[in-house]
Amino acid sequence: MTPLLQVKGIEKLYGARIGCADVTFDLYPGEVMGIVGESGSGKSTLLNCLAGHLVPDAGQVIFDTRANGPVDTVTMSEPERRMLSRTDWAFVHQHVRDGLRMSVSAGGNIGERLMAVGDRRYGDIRDKAIDWLGRVEIEAARVDDRPTAFSGGMQQRLQIARNLVTGPRLVFMDEPTGGLDVSVQARLLDLLRGLVREMGLSAIIVTHDLAVVRLLADRLMVMKDGHVVEAGLTDQVLDDPQHAYTQLLVSSVLQV
Amino acid sequence: MSAYNFAYLDEQTKRMIRRAILKGLAIPGYQVPFASREMPMPYGWGTGGVQVSAATLTPEDTLKVIDQGADDTTNAVSIRKFFEKTAGVETTEETEKATVIQTRHRIPEAKLREDQIIVYQVPIPEPLRFLEPRETETRKMHSLEEYGLMHVKLYEDISQHGAISTAYAYPVKVCGRYVMDPSPIPKFDNPKLEMDAIQLFGAGREQRIYAVPPHTRVVSLDFEDYPFEATKADHPCDLCGAEDSYLDEVIMDDAGNRMFVCSDTDYCRSRREAGHMGRLAEENAA
Amino acid sequence: MIELINVSKSFTLHNQGGAVIPVMEGASLKVEPGECVALTGASGAGKSTLMRVIYGNYLAASGQVLVGGLDVAKAEPRQILTLRRKTLGYVSQFLRVVPRVPTLDVVAEPLLAVGCDRTEALEKSAELLKRLNIPERLWTLSPTTFSGGEQQRVNIACGFAHDYPAMLLDEPTASLDVQNRETVLSLIEEAKGRGAAIVGIFHDLDARERVCDREVNVADFTPELAA
Repeated sequence: MTPLLQVKGIEKLYGARIGCADVTFDLYPGEVMGIVGESGSGKSTLLNCLAGHLVPDAGQVIFDTRANGPVDTVTMSEPERRMLSRTDWAFVHQHVRDGLRMSVSAGGNIGERLMAVGDRRYGDIRDKAIDWLGRVEIEAARVDDRPTAFSGGMQQRLQIARNLVTGPRLVFMDEPTGGLDVSVQARLLDLLRGLVREMGLSAIIVTHDLAVVRLLADRLMVMKDGHVVEAGLTDQVLDDPQHAYTQLLVSSVLQV
Repeated sequence: MSAYNFAYLDEQTKRMIRRAILKGLAIPGYQVPFASREMPMPYGWGTGGVQVSAATLTPEDTLKVIDQGADDTTNAVSIRKFFEKTAGVETTEETEKATVIQTRHRIPEAKLREDQIIVYQVPIPEPLRFLEPRETETRKMHSLEEYGLMHVKLYEDISQHGAISTAYAYPVKVCGRYVMDPSPIPKFDNPKLEMDAIQLFGAGREQRIYAVPPHTRVVSLDFEDYPFEATKADHPCDLCGAEDSYLDEVIMDDAGNRMFVCSDTDYCRSRREAGHMGRLAEENAA
Repeated sequence: MIELINVSKSFTLHNQGGAVIPVMEGASLKVEPGECVALTGASGAGKSTLMRVIYGNYLAASGQVLVGGLDVAKAEPRQILTLRRKTLGYVSQFLRVVPRVPTLDVVAEPLLAVGCDRTEALEKSAELLKRLNIPERLWTLSPTTFSGGEQQRVNIACGFAHDYPAMLLDEPTASLDVQNRETVLSLIEEAKGRGAAIVGIFHDLDARERVCDREVNVADFTPELAA
């Protein structure tokens, strides 16, 4: 099986300071990988390098494209990369304001990616938008409301719908449950798990919440000071951590 | 007024503007940045159009200036006087006789010819602006031809009003490439954007010039199931009886009486002179 | 089906002066299809540790842990995940689920994961819950709100939903009443009957007698205290 994403020796420097360095891994279709670490550990820098928002100083991010097979997205042309990020890739931001158009209705938000790839039938676009609202558990009647009228949890679900409507194969998520109530988090996690399985999505989730990765991620990468200190099966890393930092991280979690 | 250089602007500035115009004509619909000058009028009164006109005019030209189709409004009269003074060119109200037409918010009803140039005053040249406030991002979207957002605006229209309610500044795609704001002309005028004359667009405050060369394909954006429609008030002109011209609605008294008249005053006048009469023509004449 | 060859396991506590605690050494074990092996030994002897090593939850320090031909000690995460999805079931003592998910769906999940049709998965889930005496009015609720015994039974239902060829059972009959204990034992017998290889921890002696073919004392794998 060809990995969906092959990451080889990714390095990003901020001047003399290391953002992330020497990150290498393969992600296979259907796999969900979590990246954990404290603030400043380089996990968001890594995610942004992978998603093409930052240009790494070294390394390759090879994506198995539908048309041409594995291609290095770091060196591919910008139009190609942007096309990829509107079709096969999705990015769920922690702050919905970065991922939604707050002045556009829920339907318009979901429809944007469809229109961006050339959908020109209003009726179809609207039907798909309503279908997706249902899939993220938002009433169809809210299709013409703006996200500003939605609760935080609904906004995050809308962002997910907007991202998944084109049937991407790889989803990048940056703290998708950050800033939400615990009860809302649980609902979102359940939803994400369902969608990941139904759509056969691969996902890379950056979070500092170990409970989130335990429920969502198959695999885990632990980062510290820009480096991956430990990687493996999620429950193995959490239950039998090998690295000093991971042991500290796991033992620091409050038990409920 | 010999103290002024011909058409107010100095020759270097006119050159700079002409280069922008030529680049605009070479890349139809592309917004060319230019170093807009301070003009002796406030922004919003046509500083962009005036600079383009100034760079376009020659002493042999005949200038016509319209504002919302009318030759006799303050803005049109002032700009006409401005060029009479600073360029000494002939001016006219007749579309036929003009070689350069500066316009705000309309395209004349009479078909323009190959030897004519029409200059549009543009307030906001960026069609994507209301949805994407970042200039860096809109430029990238133009360069990569990412125009999905433009349809989001039309989608919002239909979802809120049941039809595309954008009635003016209706976005178009020029020559199959750039999406362009045709300035706030009514969408009734959009089909006329495919014409024989040269079309130049000037935005003074935003410092952009763009252009559509003659005989260029200009397509109004739409959805397959909600096609573009060039609409106007469903009424003939009350003065000249024209059924094919864009109309202004005029409220006549406190009782709610109103009339519809051609917004293109020259078109209306020439029809009345040719003997056409509308519903209120006689009493108006009286 | 399940074979351990000279497996050892130790914990290194980096945050406590780097102390190395060896917990298992020279563990070898072989379980054939249709066979049920009970792990015995005093509390703390390492029964659960051994189960976790087989499941891939604990990383073996050395040796081979073969399940269905795959060496869990060295396999890639995705290989272990496939193994867990299709081949190796685990009934732990704790229920770990996404909050808010209805019990019926929780139990159907392992079936959906192996590509089972949704209707069929829900039917099988309902059947198991009924057998384990979970009242039908609770099926639409999340098991997180259930009593300890009910959670344990939901856990068992999850573990037996899919017919795994290999299974690990950690005290499956603990905290169950007579009737439910009987159901669980027959579930185990049925699993053996269809050829599942089972490793289990049974504190319940009668249950152990009834379903287990052999006993393996993990004390034999406990390193010398001096080591």
